[in-house]
This record gives sequence, C-alpha cells and structure tokens, in this order.
Amino acid sequence: MNSRQSCHLAAVALALWTTASSQAASLTISCGSNAAQVASCTKFAEEWGKKTGNTVSLYQAPASTSEALALLRQQFAAKASELDVIMVDLVWPGIIKDHLVDLKKYSKGAEAKFFPAIVANNTVGGKLLAMPWYANVGLLYYRKDLLEKYGLKPPETWANLAAAAKKVQEAERTAGVKDFQGFVFQGKAYEGLTCNALEWVYSFGGGEIVDAAGSITINNDKAARALDAAASWVGTITPGGVLNYAEEESRGVFQKGEALFMRNWAYAWALGQAADSPIKGKIGVSPLPAGPGGKKVATLGGWQLAVSKYSKNVDLAADLVLYLTSREVQKKRAIEGSYNPTIVDLYNDKDILAVNPFMGSLTDIVGSAVARPSTVTGAKYPEVSNAFWDATYDVLAKKASGAEAMKKLQGKLKQVKRSQW
Amino acid sequence: MRNRTRIAWTFLVPTLVLMAMVAGWPLGRSIWFSLTDTSINDISAGKFIGLANYFGEFGLFANPNYTEGFWKSDWGLSIRNTFQFSIVSVVLETLAGLGVAMLLNQDFKGRTLARAAVLIPWAIPTIVSAKMWGWMLHDQYGLINQVLLDWGLIAHKIAWTADPSYALWTVVAVDVWKTTPFMALLILAALQTLPKDCYEAARVDGVHPLRLFWKVTLPLIKQPLMVAMVFRMLDALRIFDLIYVLTSNNSTTISMSGFVRREMVENGNLGYGSAASTSLTLIIFLSAVLFMRTARLKLSEESS
Repeated sequence: MNSRQSCHLAAVALALWTTASSQAASLTISCGSNAAQVASCTKFAEEWGKKTGNTVSLYQAPASTSEALALLRQQFAAKASELDVIMVDLVWPGIIKDHLVDLKKYSKGAEAKFFPAIVANNTVGGKLLAMPWYANVGLLYYRKDLLEKYGLKPPETWANLAAAAKKVQEAERTAGVKDFQGFVFQGKAYEGLTCNALEWVYSFGGGEIVDAAGSITINNDKAARALDAAASWVGTITPGGVLNYAEEESRGVFQKGEALFMRNWAYAWALGQAADSPIKGKIGVSPLPAGPGGKKVATLGGWQLAVSKYSKNVDLAADLVLYLTSREVQKKRAIEGSYNPTIVDLYNDKDILAVNPFMGSLTDIVGSAVARPSTVTGAKYPEVSNAFWDATYDVLAKKASGAEAMKKLQGKLKQVKRSQW
Repeated sequence: MRNRTRIAWTFLVPTLVLMAMVAGWPLGRSIWFSLTDTSINDISAGKFIGLANYFGEFGLFANPNYTEGFWKSDWGLSIRNTFQFSIVSVVLETLAGLGVAMLLNQDFKGRTLARAAVLIPWAIPTIVSAKMWGWMLHDQYGLINQVLLDWGLIAHKIAWTADPSYALWTVVAVDVWKTTPFMALLILAALQTLPKDCYEAARVDGVHPLRLFWKVTLPLIKQPLMVAMVFRMLDALRIFDLIYVLTSNNSTTISMSGFVRREMVENGNLGYGSAASTSLTLIIFLSAVLFMRTARLKLSEESS
C-alpha cells in the first residue's frame, strides 16, 4: 500500500490503542496480610475489575499493623503513586490525614447507613477520609464442650474467668493434655497489646489512657489493679510465651485445642469453624468479662478503605472503594469470612445470622466499644500507644508493679505530649 | 611526577564521586536532619533547632524528664543492652572461633569438607536463620523445649524469647552460633601464616602443647585476633535483625539500632531518630578507638 494508506492505518491503530489503554486502568489495592484476608479481598476486587473493565493487583502489607503503618508513611513521604486503594486501621486517619482523598463527593451520603461512631472517627477536619469496611471488636472465645464437661458457664467477670481457667487447666493437665492453657491473648509489645490492655483497664473503671479533652488520665489505682490482675494470669493460667504472641500465635494455640479461653478479633470464628479445624463445632463466643464494679467492654477496631492522594486513578479508586464497602459485598463477606459489617441494619439480616449466630449480639458490643485515643492525640498516637504497650509489657513480665508502671507512663506521656497534642 | 598524580586522580575521581553520592550525601542529610525537628508527615517542613535533639529539654542526653535517671530511660537502656550483648557475644565467639580454628588447622581426613561445612551458619541470611531459631525456640511447640523436656533437663517449657530474663541471652546464643564461623575463618587464616619451624623445634624439645599455645601461638596471632575482635565488635554494636525477629521488641530488650528504627520509622520523628543514629555512630567510633588503644593494636607495618 502507498504511504498515505499506511499513514491512515497507523493513525487508526494509535487511536484504538490509546482508547483501549485509557479504559483499562490498572489499580493496586493493599488490603490484608493473612491468606484469608487476601483471598476475600482479591475475589471482590476482581469482580469489580470485570464489571468495569479494569485490572486490580494486590499489594501485600506486613502482618503487624504497626509495621504496615510505618511502611505506608514512608511511601507517603516519597509521594509514591504505586498504591491506589489502602486498607486503613481505625487509629490511622488522624495520623495520615494529609495524604488521603475526601470521599464525600463519591459516597453521596451512603455513609449515613454506617455506624456513626466509626464514620465520625474517619472524618477529620470535615473530610470523610475512609469508608468503614469491617468492624472489629475484641471477643472472648471459649470451648463450650469443656465448659459443659466441668459444669461452668461463660464468665461474667475476670475473676470468674481466672477461676474457671485454673480449674479446667488443672483437670485437663491431670487427664493427660500436658500443655493445656487456661487463657491466651495477645501479649507481644505491639498495637494488639494496647487493645488488650485497654479492655482490662476500661473494664476495671480505669479510663481510657487519654480522655476526650486531652488530659492524661492513666495514672489511677483502678488501672494499676487491672494490670496487676492480668500479670497474675501470666505463668499460672497463661503461658509465659504469651509475651511474644500476636493474633496468629494465640489463635494457633486455641485452634489446636490447647486452650480454654482466647481473646481475639472476630476473624478467628470462621477459621475455627473451618472444615479442617480440630475445634470445629466446639467453640462459643461471648463479650469480654467485666472488672470488679466495672462493665463489660471491648476495644473498637476495624478496617476502612481509603484512596491515596498520590494515586494516578483517584476516581476509579474511589469507585472501587464504594463497591467493596457496598451492602452486597459486605453481606457476602460476612457470610463467607465472618467479617463484621459496618452497615447497621445488616446485623438483623437472616442469612448472616444463620452462619454467625453471635453477630446478633454484636450490635451492642460494637455500639458500646471503647475507642483508643487516636483522634485526640492525632499524629502522636503511635508514640502514645508505644508508651502504653511498653508499660503494660513491663507489668505482664513482672518487671514493675501496676502502680509503678502507670506513674512512669504518665511521665512518658507528658514527654510525648510536650505542650499540646 | 605531575603526570602520575593526574593519572592517579583520574582513577580516583569516579570512585570518590560514587561514594559521595551513595554514602556521603545520605550521611550528610542524616546529620542535617538531626539538627532539625523534621517529621515524616512533611519532610520539607522541618525547622533548624540546633543541638536540642541531643541535649535539649526533650533530647537524648541530659533530659530532665528522665524520672529514673539516664540509664533507666529508653535510650540509656538501649545503650546498656547493646554493650551487654556485644561484650558477651564477642568474647564467646572469639573463644569458640579459636577452638574451631585450632581444630581445622590440624591435618585430618575430610578437612576440606569440614572447613566448608563450618561456614553454613554464616552463609544463611540472618533473617532466615533467625526465623528458623524463632520456631525452634517457640515455647509451646518448639523443638528445643521438647528435647530439653524429654531429656529431663528442664521441668516445664521455658519461654526463651518472650521471658525478659532469658531473651537477651537467647539472642546472644543464636548470634554466637551464627558468627563463630566468621571468627574461626579469620583466625584460621592467621594460624596458617605461622612458621612451621617453631613447632618442629618445640616438638623436638618436648614442650607441653598447652605451653606451646600460650607462649608461641597466641602472641603470634595476637594482631590478627585483635583485628577480628574489632570487626566483630563493630558489627555487634549495630545488632538489629536478630533482636527484631526473635524477641518481642519492647523497651527492655531494645538495642541502639532498634531504638533508632522505632523513633524514625514507627514514630515518624525523623529529626530525633537521626540524632539517635548519629549518636550511635559516634558511640561505635569511640568504642573502636578505645578498644584499639587498650589492645595496643598497631595496624602499621612496623612490627614489635
């Protein structure tokens, strides 16, 4: 063909190529570290991709939430455009608020159906920085077959829990299960320990580390007594190794059938009821116990989805976020993976309750859950949490009494606060 | 002569430029950060604050908020932990390395194979071997506890990496396992350069082997031995990966590098963290100088 025809052909090819590539965008989503989270997220992200003609690839974040935050902050400092959609922990919006996109114009009011407390947590300076994806609360898992065997009921107070754990542990060990433990939780020095310890402190009436007005309230005797009680479990009803347990390690001990009680997040239910689990059908879930004269409380956790300001496909990314947090997807995830929805009326959904019977009682637990002081301490929250988990760790490791540790913690928090949060 | 100087400079300039880019600029920027209050949230917004990160009201040293004194504060504790770890670790590695080197210096069947095999702990990347040891030392389903329990050496399972009283020494043990081959190899190299006629004469005279070791071998390998110890000590003072992977990383077992990482990466305080890392460099430099002074290490060619 002559040069004019080949010129036309080239122009048509170029036009086709550019329109094709401008439609098929490639997004990257960071949404989880363990295999179950990754599988669930990939499934729904790919559904969206097929529907809209884009591709979504997965970025696997580190398992520990403290490490994931540290990595994310470095990427923001470099204004990296590799991440489009990010799974954001409940305590992060105040810390990374300068790097997230305001989702109000994309959500068009959809957030009204979500838990108000979580939406308020995600709204910083009037901007909705993240859509709530799944709620998480600390729960008490127990072996209902063992409680029946020894004629016990799920404990209402921490003292009940300790007594029941001691009784069953001794009996099981004499009966031949050599390493049976009474109670496992997360005792490693990381954000998970802050969640566990806040539950103990608040349920004893010791307050929430820093109150809503910004005053440091942690140095009181109720908090000290809560931590001393927890320290008394380590070495008696809890293995000494709990000081190095994160969520997966404690779940490992419980799922092998070697613990009576476990404190963990909601995800452990689906894994405990899986076909190959040794404890399938033998577990029950209840709210965490109360301290003396206090009330039952769980730490509010949960993950949200946000869009990075440095992404090259902000509109598409926001669309993906709204798809993943929509009613249909949240319902499917609740049924398949026991992820607690963040849309309030899904807790009355028959199909979800058929698979996760305890979710009906969760609305109250989530509604009354205690939040970590991340909003009031803003960008200094990582240091506050660090100081708190260090102090708790010292008490659990029997290096300091509750009172000494709380006094030292107060001094440290003053140093972190400087003149203002 | 001028021509030779010019040629020398032509060869040196690329290396110097590369070193300035890769090592000089980051180092300079780090020291600059240590004089500011930069935070990772907005790196361009840092203000110059002089030596406040080092000696100011919220600084590393001389901080009035250290309610229990400098050595109980996080920074002071990390310095103490690091030195405890380094001294014990280097001494144990030197002794073990010396023993292994003396053995490998003998002539026996399969010596080449033994020399290669001894290198395996050093060759495995630290992260991999630390994770491996972490699983073996797990308190509930670890191999070590199982074996010790079966042999009746312990009454119940010990939380090697979680219990603060055991954690540091467990890390020392794993570090000794990992680095003894390095020391052994350096000492072996020194032993192989020793003149054989000394030993021939000693054998003819019927000198006791132990006396031979103290009076002949040790003085002759003293210089290379001190060099190996300085290398190891500089490495040990920078320990990070073993402690990070094996232990729970709370304040009581944290090392100086761990403190720097915590401040810079987790808390996002680039200014304060850079001050800590600059102090770390100076402390290591001082320790090396002190050690070499005490050991009367002469690195030049004039031998005694």
